[in-house]
Amino acid sequence: MTWLTWRQLRFPLVSVYAALAVVTALLAGTRLVGGQDPGDGEFWYSAGLFAVNGLPALLAVFWGVPMITRELEAGTHNLVWNQSVTRTRWLAVKLGIGVPAAALTAGLLSLVVTWWADPVDTSAVPERVGNFGRLMTPVVFAARGIAPVGYAAFAFVLGIAVAILLRRTVTAMAVTLVVYAAVQLAVPLAVRPHLLPPVGETVAITEANIAGIRAEEGGRGAPEALTVLAPAGAWVLTNETVDANGAVVRPLPAVVGDCLPPAAEDPRDLDLDRIHACFARLSDHGYRQHLTYQPASRFWPLQWVELALFLVLSAPVTWFCFGRLRRLS
Amino acid sequence: MTVLRARGLGKKYRRRWALTGCDLDLPAGHVTGLVGPNGAGKSTLLGLAAGMVEPSSGTIEVCGDVPGSGPAQLAKVGFVAQHTPVYANLTVAEHLRLGAHLNPGWDDALARDRIARIGLDPALPAGKLSGGQRAQLALTLGIAKRPELLLLDEPVASLDPVARREFLRDLMESVAEHGLSVVMSSHLIGDLERVCDHLVVLVDARVRITGEVEHLLATHRRLTGPRRDVDTLPADQHVVSVSHTDRQTTVLVRTEAPVLDPSWDVGELDLEDLLLAYMSNPGTGRPPLEVVR
Repeated sequence: MTWLTWRQLRFPLVSVYAALAVVTALLAGTRLVGGQDPGDGEFWYSAGLFAVNGLPALLAVFWGVPMITRELEAGTHNLVWNQSVTRTRWLAVKLGIGVPAAALTAGLLSLVVTWWADPVDTSAVPERVGNFGRLMTPVVFAARGIAPVGYAAFAFVLGIAVAILLRRTVTAMAVTLVVYAAVQLAVPLAVRPHLLPPVGETVAITEANIAGIRAEEGGRGAPEALTVLAPAGAWVLTNETVDANGAVVRPLPAVVGDCLPPAAEDPRDLDLDRIHACFARLSDHGYRQHLTYQPASRFWPLQWVELALFLVLSAPVTWFCFGRLRRLS
Repeated sequence: MTVLRARGLGKKYRRRWALTGCDLDLPAGHVTGLVGPNGAGKSTLLGLAAGMVEPSSGTIEVCGDVPGSGPAQLAKVGFVAQHTPVYANLTVAEHLRLGAHLNPGWDDALARDRIARIGLDPALPAGKLSGGQRAQLALTLGIAKRPELLLLDEPVASLDPVARREFLRDLMESVAEHGLSVVMSSHLIGDLERVCDHLVVLVDARVRITGEVEHLLATHRRLTGPRRDVDTLPADQHVVSVSHTDRQTTVLVRTEAPVLDPSWDVGELDLEDLLLAYMSNPGTGRPPLEVVR
């Protein structure tokens, strides 16, 4: 059975690993070194993000789904299930080869991309990062470290499960993509923030830590919201102004409007005293800024937890595959 | 010894029963022909026996165990599905390797011998074979597995007459040498007549009749006589089909006893007449005598 499965997966496996070798060579040749303008690497940086984020889905769709549907569509399941091998073993071998192969491929690509992007990701100066995201931003987080291993394993068993359920290659491919994309949207939005309890703190609003003020379009009234600077590299979950009772204030009190320099004013003529007084008034009224975030130091713990989460998620999907297999004919 | 035993066996696909109320005892060491119109449930019955399909009702036991219940059971039963599927991108030799890897009882000499005799190029991908050659490859896999029971779903449909005859001869050899039991469905009554000593006739998802070919032929008679209503026939004469002309009535009956009524002209049946009569008359009730003008 192992031989047969290997024989069937040989071509896709070899082509993907050849592509992986090419990607590695390209990235090795374009890695940024100290002092280089990071703008040069922007294309490769984005390409790396795109590749690591997309690979698990691609493997699920082009390795996983056809592994099942090609047999069902060609009727060869009638041949192989009538050798002296149970269909449970047939599936177990397919998963036993396919899942590690997919996980390894995603792991290797992630390793290469993480290595390539390391000078950018770890650069301490915010300007140095330019248009690049921070390690903890969801789209970057998912394209670094070990989490892609979990994504690939999960996506692969998902592809197999959908294939067993739907039996048609093209429909199963489409449904696998949609379901996987939904999971990859839901996890950073609803699950990852709570995988580890986020750090919460309430800080005074000062002219030193203010990061931005959002005002209504063209309005001269009170601004909508303001944000303060979070610790470097942290993944900020909430950044909101609270009053003395700890309740969220929105829109902001009118007094904040005074903190803003008039739009046309020359920066050299800034009335610093007025701005100082404004922030002091904010503090006097008990307005403070509440922050919750996952600090940058949580990157590796979160990667491990995310890997575990996706491996755990794969278990019921795998169980479903074996359960459903009996009813396939 | 029974090689296949079914009790109240049925299979429902969505809202349609593909097979229902099937009671069968097929003897070991025989070739059983499975006959019936398209959609009568032949493939479903074979699929149930191979463990490819789960029964919706009743039980089936093949070689003493539930079909598909484990590797040992799978080794005992060979199944070549309709349209004889093979892996298009695997070569002939790789198919034999597959068979050798996946079957403990694999007879490599037999497989190689058959492939050589058929004249298949071992290096050729199965996708490049003709329909008949593909069937030969699938059948070779089925035979070389050395099962106790070989289930064949219209195995010879795509073979030319020479290949068909050779295949059936090989099959008979295996039956004689290794005590192989075979259940095969076919529309080719001539082939069935040549190799089968047992028959199952399926019509409308039900077993219409089953038995030894010789016994079936000996217990069916064609009665021809003046036009009359068949309700007057003795109770031990079961009507299979009736046809009337202006003056004549022809009845096909199954009866264990000799026909004594002197008004009937009693004739023998051949297998084709018998099967056609059953397949074209699905009902079990006697059709009423129509008035013909």
